[in-house]
Amino acid sequence: MIKKDLVIIGGGSAGMGAALQANKLGIKSILIIEKEDTLGGILNQCIHTGFGLIEYKEELTGPEFLTRLEDKVKEEGIEYKLSSTVLSVSKDKVVTYSNSKEGVREVHAKAIIYAGGCYERNAGEIELGGKRISGIITAGQAQKYLNIYGYLVGKKIVILGSGDIGLIMARRFTLEGAKVICVAELSPYCNGLNRNVVQCLNDFDIPLYLSTTVKEVKGKDHVESVTLVSVDSKGTPIEGTEREIECDTLCLSVGLVPYLGPLNNLDLVKDKAGRIAVNQYKESSLPGLFICGNALHVHDIVDYVVEEAREAAKGAKAYLDNELSSQTETKITYGSNINYVVPQSVATPILTDFTLKFRVRSNLKDVSVYIYNNDTLISKTNYTALIPSQMVMINLKKDKLEEPINLSIKVEERK
Amino acid sequence: MKELVCICCPRGCNLTIDEDGKVSGNFCPKGKEYALEETSAPKRTLTTFIRVQNRKDTMLSVKTSGAIPKEKMGELMAYINVLKVKAPIQIGDVIVTDILGLGVNLVATKNIL
Amino acid sequence: MYDVLIIGAGVIGGFIGRDLARYKLKVCVLEKNNDVTSGSSASNSAIIHSGYDPKEGSLKQKFNLLGNPAFDKVCDELDVPFKRVGSLTLATSEDELNSIKDLYKQGQSYKVKVSLLNRQEVKALEPNISDDVLGGLYAPSAAIIDPFSLTNHLFENAIDNGVKLFLNQEVIDISLTSKGSYEVKTKDNLYRSKVVINCAGLYADKVAEMIEDVPWKIIPKKGQYYVIDHSAKPFVNHIIFPTPTLKGKGILVTPTAMGDYLVGPTSDIVDDVDDTSTNSLTGAYIKENASKLIKDIPFKDSIRVFSGVRAASSTGDFIIEGLPTHKTFINVAGIESPGLSSSPAIGDYVVKKLVLPLFPNIKEKPYFNPRVRRYIRFKDLTEKEKEELIKKDPSYGEIVCVCEQISLGEILDLFTRPNPPTSIKAIRKRLELGFGKCQGGFCTPKLVKILASYFKVDMNEINYDNQSSYILKEKVKK
Repeated sequence: MIKKDLVIIGGGSAGMGAALQANKLGIKSILIIEKEDTLGGILNQCIHTGFGLIEYKEELTGPEFLTRLEDKVKEEGIEYKLSSTVLSVSKDKVVTYSNSKEGVREVHAKAIIYAGGCYERNAGEIELGGKRISGIITAGQAQKYLNIYGYLVGKKIVILGSGDIGLIMARRFTLEGAKVICVAELSPYCNGLNRNVVQCLNDFDIPLYLSTTVKEVKGKDHVESVTLVSVDSKGTPIEGTEREIECDTLCLSVGLVPYLGPLNNLDLVKDKAGRIAVNQYKESSLPGLFICGNALHVHDIVDYVVEEAREAAKGAKAYLDNELSSQTETKITYGSNINYVVPQSVATPILTDFTLKFRVRSNLKDVSVYIYNNDTLISKTNYTALIPSQMVMINLKKDKLEEPINLSIKVEERK
Repeated sequence: MKELVCICCPRGCNLTIDEDGKVSGNFCPKGKEYALEETSAPKRTLTTFIRVQNRKDTMLSVKTSGAIPKEKMGELMAYINVLKVKAPIQIGDVIVTDILGLGVNLVATKNIL
Repeated sequence: MYDVLIIGAGVIGGFIGRDLARYKLKVCVLEKNNDVTSGSSASNSAIIHSGYDPKEGSLKQKFNLLGNPAFDKVCDELDVPFKRVGSLTLATSEDELNSIKDLYKQGQSYKVKVSLLNRQEVKALEPNISDDVLGGLYAPSAAIIDPFSLTNHLFENAIDNGVKLFLNQEVIDISLTSKGSYEVKTKDNLYRSKVVINCAGLYADKVAEMIEDVPWKIIPKKGQYYVIDHSAKPFVNHIIFPTPTLKGKGILVTPTAMGDYLVGPTSDIVDDVDDTSTNSLTGAYIKENASKLIKDIPFKDSIRVFSGVRAASSTGDFIIEGLPTHKTFINVAGIESPGLSSSPAIGDYVVKKLVLPLFPNIKEKPYFNPRVRRYIRFKDLTEKEKEELIKKDPSYGEIVCVCEQISLGEILDLFTRPNPPTSIKAIRKRLELGFGKCQGGFCTPKLVKILASYFKVDMNEINYDNQSSYILKEKVKK
């Protein structure tokens, strides 16, 4: 039987970030388990720039960013296993994994950080209308085929959804010789970063149609056309606005969802959207199991993922040092214009400062974000604009938080 | 007056630049620089990949070491598309110096051992 | 010259082919698609009806009642996931209560095990029934089955026993020769056979009319479904039907033999037999109707919406007969629900009653093997079994589909069997791979690589399903 102080599931940016911090804090035996044959996760295929401005104060590509983490992991001698899939995690924190060299192995972990990343929402989940034929492909898959395998999925492409991967892929497709006809977005606003609209769409004259969706995919064995339709403010298709566009590919960039496969049997407390609920130490309802990165909630940029991973490592360290026992938790409440908040609850006693992260439901202008503890205002921040694609982060100071803790968040228009 | 979205970082500031070249809306100095450049001679960093000759089905990701004029992207892609490289390659290795005389290098962004 | 040529590699063609393989006959099967199990046999409710429902005296009644009990043996021989979970037909009004009482009587007269349950009794079996449910009809012999494995394994077994399968062979013409045999033309081949069996499903009328006009038509009826992932909390244990109406059996809610849940189908007549499109209005209709039976169905865990098309006949019943003028041309058509449930009995009947009389002196093969080589399902093994397996063959340690935990070893094993997969969908249908939350997002690129390296072709030659369904359009920077 193998025993480890800390097992980290997932060797992407979150997993490596957590491992490096845990190592720094003096956690002795750490094991990273990664299902792919390289460390770095999705960054391997993100060959564009835009990473590292916060972590390294320079703009890096995905492979460059991950290599910095990877080099450090190797330098520190942190143990990792590649091509190893976690089959299950038990309530007493036995992690079972499998690979072709060792077979099936059980690791008894004192603490676990789950950093399993996310998967792409697909045609089935969004109930895409029309035929289920080849030529409907998620943006991340198309990115892998292009940047790792060296193949274009199509030559005449319609992109549904304005998530960042979709925008990035619009540019990649175009540069590599495909025609991107348009990007259609169901919402009345773009879901990706504004900078990506400029440098991925506007630079190449690719139109972005807001309040527009795909009503139907047509074709015999492969996509031959898609029918776009405009939608009203409720997202309902407006009859008579249909237009059929000839294309060979419908590329979907319609959202990312935490991938929780190996944790399915643990019956963890989740929020309304199915995210695992954590306290400010990123600890789930199973004591000693921490979640971070896109497996917890989907981040805008990788720098925040690494930062969150460090927090999870600090949580794991506190847990291993028995500092998190005998805690009580209270849920954080928030207004209806907020989509979700991480952490979902606060555990007392509070040991350190921590950050609240949340997203608003729709585009808001000139707002203030108020944080109350019970009825006391403890933080107020003004914003000229908040949009759903931007994660709001509010740092809370430990000494401002007097028990009992009952945090609530309000986003209100400034008068 | 012209309105722009800054592309220097994920913040994406909404910038305005007036006739006299005065920039507002920028959170940091980079925004000012960007607005001035974008309205006179817009530049972009190009990222793509090159096939590695001596490694089956292996792509080497590359970038320009600095921004290049936006209108040169097509020409540069055509040039890069026929390039071939051989492993081993380290991150930062210069694949082409002063590519197309643009004053920037084409560098590897990935280790291929 | 073949003795028997079967057109269509669906479940009916599969049972007939496999049953014919017991005899010393030269048999071949022509399939227009790139794989078996491509039409209605792949897209259906995946259930085996108990048989109380079809009209007395119909072929549907006869074959459903004979077919249901045959599945235990067949599924054991062919290693097909199958569970007799039982069905509950629920009533939500007084009228419906009366209807299920009638069905109860009908079931008893058909000798189907049925019982009437009051609300409390139903609730004890299914805690999540809606508040409107007043009672139900329980039929314990109803079952769930993996329909992909069934048809795939029927062909695997048929081929093992000498049947020839030809894929991508769409029949374009059939003619009767002066000697009474048939010439069956496809785009690139000509097949000769003494007997032709038309199991062309949705195309059965078109194939039949290549010989002579028939007094029936195929009326394609589309049904849309939701698939809900197995990661959802279990919310239903039995096959849940509404009380049937004149329109049909209605929207059912059921667990599947693969561990997921199915909700559907609708029933809409369509013009195009290949119209497997889905739409959101139909989706809303399914949700509304299903929630009349079961509360809080976790549609947020829905991973797929799909449509299948039923090959209903204009007669309203199965058509299973030789042409009056040419007994050697046998139509097996209009096999809609309860077609899957009836399929073993239809196969048996066609072979024994319609084909064998045409070959009076034919003998059984002494060496017929009814079993397929057992499939290894990695995720169902104990840790110890996994350990031993990986020691013998390390490829079983490498997980390709993380959602369903399917190993490389299981995929490579497919290439050692008859009718190996040549497309992504063919692998998915054989292993339920890519059926999880990510719907193939993680594993499809890996499968493309595995197929390309196995067949030693470029990755852009790998198809998703049929021959023109490429995944990768073009290699860049060659």
